[in-house]
Amino acid sequence: MEKQKKEHILSLLVNNKPDVLARVAGTLGGRGYNIETLCVDATMDPGVSKIILSVIQDQATITKIEKQLIRLIDVHSVSDLSKMETVMREMMLVRMKLTDKNKADIALIIDTFRGRVVTMNGDHCVIEITSTKEDIDRAIESLKPLGIDDMARTGIVALERMK
Amino acid sequence: MKLKGSQIFIKALEQEGIDTIFGYPGGVLLDIYDELHRSNLKHILVRHEQGAVHAADGYARASGKVGVTLVTSGPGATNTVTGIANAHLDSIPIVVFTGQVPTPLIGTDAFQEADIIGITRPCTKHNFQVRRVEELAKIIQEAFYIARSGRPGPVLVDLPKDVMASMTDYEPLPPRAKELNSVPKPASKKAFYVLDLINEAKRPLLLTGGGVILGKASEELREMARRTKIPVTSTLMGLGAFPAKDPLWMGMPGMHGTYYANMALSHCDLLIAIGCRFDDRVTGKLDTFASKAKIVHVDVDASSINKNVMVDVPIVQDCKTALQSFNKLLMEQDFSVTDEQRKAWFDQIAEWRTNVPLTYCNSDEIIKPQFVIETLYKLTKGQAIIATEVGQNQMWTAQFYPFDEPNTFLSSGGLGTMGYGFPAAIGAQLAFPDKLVVDIAGDGSIQMNIQELATAVQYKIPVKIAILNNGFLGMVRQWQELFYEKRYSHTDMSFAPDFVKLAEAYGLLGLRAEKPGEVEAILRKGLEHPGPVVMDFKVAREECVYPMVRPGGPIHEMALGREMAN
Repeated sequence: MEKQKKEHILSLLVNNKPDVLARVAGTLGGRGYNIETLCVDATMDPGVSKIILSVIQDQATITKIEKQLIRLIDVHSVSDLSKMETVMREMMLVRMKLTDKNKADIALIIDTFRGRVVTMNGDHCVIEITSTKEDIDRAIESLKPLGIDDMARTGIVALERMK
Repeated sequence: MKLKGSQIFIKALEQEGIDTIFGYPGGVLLDIYDELHRSNLKHILVRHEQGAVHAADGYARASGKVGVTLVTSGPGATNTVTGIANAHLDSIPIVVFTGQVPTPLIGTDAFQEADIIGITRPCTKHNFQVRRVEELAKIIQEAFYIARSGRPGPVLVDLPKDVMASMTDYEPLPPRAKELNSVPKPASKKAFYVLDLINEAKRPLLLTGGGVILGKASEELREMARRTKIPVTSTLMGLGAFPAKDPLWMGMPGMHGTYYANMALSHCDLLIAIGCRFDDRVTGKLDTFASKAKIVHVDVDASSINKNVMVDVPIVQDCKTALQSFNKLLMEQDFSVTDEQRKAWFDQIAEWRTNVPLTYCNSDEIIKPQFVIETLYKLTKGQAIIATEVGQNQMWTAQFYPFDEPNTFLSSGGLGTMGYGFPAAIGAQLAFPDKLVVDIAGDGSIQMNIQELATAVQYKIPVKIAILNNGFLGMVRQWQELFYEKRYSHTDMSFAPDFVKLAEAYGLLGLRAEKPGEVEAILRKGLEHPGPVVMDFKVAREECVYPMVRPGGPIHEMALGREMAN
């Protein structure tokens, strides 16, 4: 079995109840596994939520995590999306301080990563970029020298291409 | 029919067939206790909530039914945590009901409020807080179902005071759909494969665990082992599932296991593990564990498989179903094996057994703890239910009291909870009022739940306590002797109460033996006494448990006595 650690995206269907996220997080945290990213929202069935989380572990550990998660009464299913053909996206909001000098560079980066300006007032603007995790990382690297005021990332959302 | 939450609570318990509750009242439980007063449920008032959970646990282990505890909010609830964690590690089906402050007060740091849902999340199989009286009956049914199905475990149900006091329409729920598939499935491909492995194996071994007892599969295990003539070793949790008087019995393996069981594990070429989870106390160093064997692992919980030991044939199934379908296959295939085919393996085991039997050095001067247990076995003819505390008393019992039937050995295996045995014995005695129930204790652990003596006296629960009193926290002292050059840091417990006087103060019979010659007479007197008894045996202070595998060491390297250990 693969000993090498890599990112795995787990997609869970769970009961949409107050305690469930804590159970899922505790199952990982209690065994010393860090959750790298986390996304939760209700599905088409309001009683059921989808949790998409990513962890960086070797395959044997991922298998153990999957088995521990599926034991939880409130968890209906666990699948490792990294093993399937999957579309993955992440969204980022970045607030930039605008100066006469950086405006042109920012516009170029927005264009390159197909982002858009969500709001602009006076000397600040908020940019939205939705892309792959790698592109988001690159966009941040490019924006950093231009003065990032603050930012928020959603973490990865992912969906299988087909059933 | 309009009923109050507290009335629905009683009805839902009755519907689950519950007749005994171990509990302790408190402010938020007043509505329930008022109903209990009117009901036919037997309520045992313990003296500490931890005792209530261990008693429910002992009741469950002895009877195979779900044990029930009822405690109040805040400290009442937090006092149950050790008992719950104990049941969780040993997969014991219990339901713990905790009172809670009224729903509008939850989260306000109200008097006697504790977030018991958050606290017990990692040590329960599942927990619920009932927020509306309309969901009460359904949640209670669900709680019992979860506790006893699949891999059993503790479930906690938190009951806010206002929910218990509100009214709703109540209709008895239809019984929940049947939980376990009791019809054996047709032999799977894997069963055929296991059969091939057995045919090829020259040195096969069965390793069974608590799952066989929890899954009520002892009969099936006996049939399989005898038909295939495979020797059986069992973890602490599985003792009794296979009769110790059977010639195929090898004793317990692991840290304080028999020499021959550990040697067999290290030399077998096929290991069939059933309902066990490869605890570190059993496997020792993982790299050398059963390293010559193909390993088959049957367990109802997929997360137990390939967790510690990587196996060749994983079978996720409850032990009973798996063994039934395998036995059926043996019959259909007309499987048989001759003694001749097993001769080399049996001879090897016999040689190990003769060379290094399980033994100890008895004395005429001073009582050896092992001698007390052997005498207890002789007098009870192995017919008693035995609970233990944790430490040396527990290991000596596992070694020197052979168990022939399941559900007769109650011991805290996973969590290793001192103070477990006595309340567990109380629970077992309530499940079987006519059986002899004995708690084998140490002088340290008996003091951890000693307050339950009052419970035993109040309800005339005739549990017999045998204290192996060496004035030390014996097992920790043993490690200090072996690994810390006899620096006995804070393990000397010789400052202790006079247990005979203590028993008398609680209104029990107290007895003491100080010389080996008195042991049998004191045991006989204690066992024949109709009520609860405390028997204080002043035993050799620095006796060690042997064999002993060094922590983290390979299990075939055992210290067999003091000289080898040092």
